[in-house]
Amino acid sequence: MSEIREITLPSRIESVEQAAASAEEFAKSRGYGDGVLFAIDLAVRESVANAINHGNKFDEEKKVELRLAESEQGLEITVRDYGAGFVVDEIPDPTNPENLLKTNGRGILFMNSFMDEVEWSNPPGGGLSVKMLKKL
Amino acid sequence: MSDITITERQAGDVTVLDLEGKVTIGEGSVELRTTIRRLLGEGKNKILLNLAGVGYIDSSGIGELVSSFTAVKKEGGTLKLLNLTQKIQDLLAITKLLTVFDTFDDEASALSSYN
Repeated sequence: MSEIREITLPSRIESVEQAAASAEEFAKSRGYGDGVLFAIDLAVRESVANAINHGNKFDEEKKVELRLAESEQGLEITVRDYGAGFVVDEIPDPTNPENLLKTNGRGILFMNSFMDEVEWSNPPGGGLSVKMLKKL
Repeated sequence: MSDITITERQAGDVTVLDLEGKVTIGEGSVELRTTIRRLLGEGKNKILLNLAGVGYIDSSGIGELVSSFTAVKKEGGTLKLLNLTQKIQDLLAITKLLTVFDTFDDEASALSSYN
């Protein structure tokens, strides 16, 4: 049976912790192991932090939506913001030698590394949405 | 309440910072930055970060480690890492930052490496 949890968060730093706590509770209630819990936690924190910071640019009028859904494929995490969006392919590769000492730009690398599928889209109504799948 | 506690101790001319908690976006990262800048202001530029008590770090925290490393180097000093947990080690490997940082799993070796 599939399970879904949806929460809407204001665009402030504290929402990252709130999103992570909600995701952890959801994942623990489904009985996932430590490795999966760590991957989910990291993916949720990084994607929500991106949405608040780079998407909504801390504008508290703009919300961040987190959706957790368990399906036959695994756990699907969707995070959506209402900002101006950005072109993910234009983010410099943080592992290139010339970027190693940059202080940001590693969140998407972590999402790609710990989740099995990561898909970005520009939903109707504006903003940016990222859908990530962790196979179980 | 802050996500991180930073305890400072001196081992010869090396300042060891024992970190306990989370180095994440927000307070955890800011507190580390503030401590490092203060030490540099006091002329302490041989710094060893003991990460044994760091249960969690995110990309913002990793960015803060890089920022600290660069700031210390700019002042002619060295920042090294001690006691990485497996998860932190994995994150530093993914980001290729293990090629940047000197890392140690015992304090005596870490301290003697500054000589």
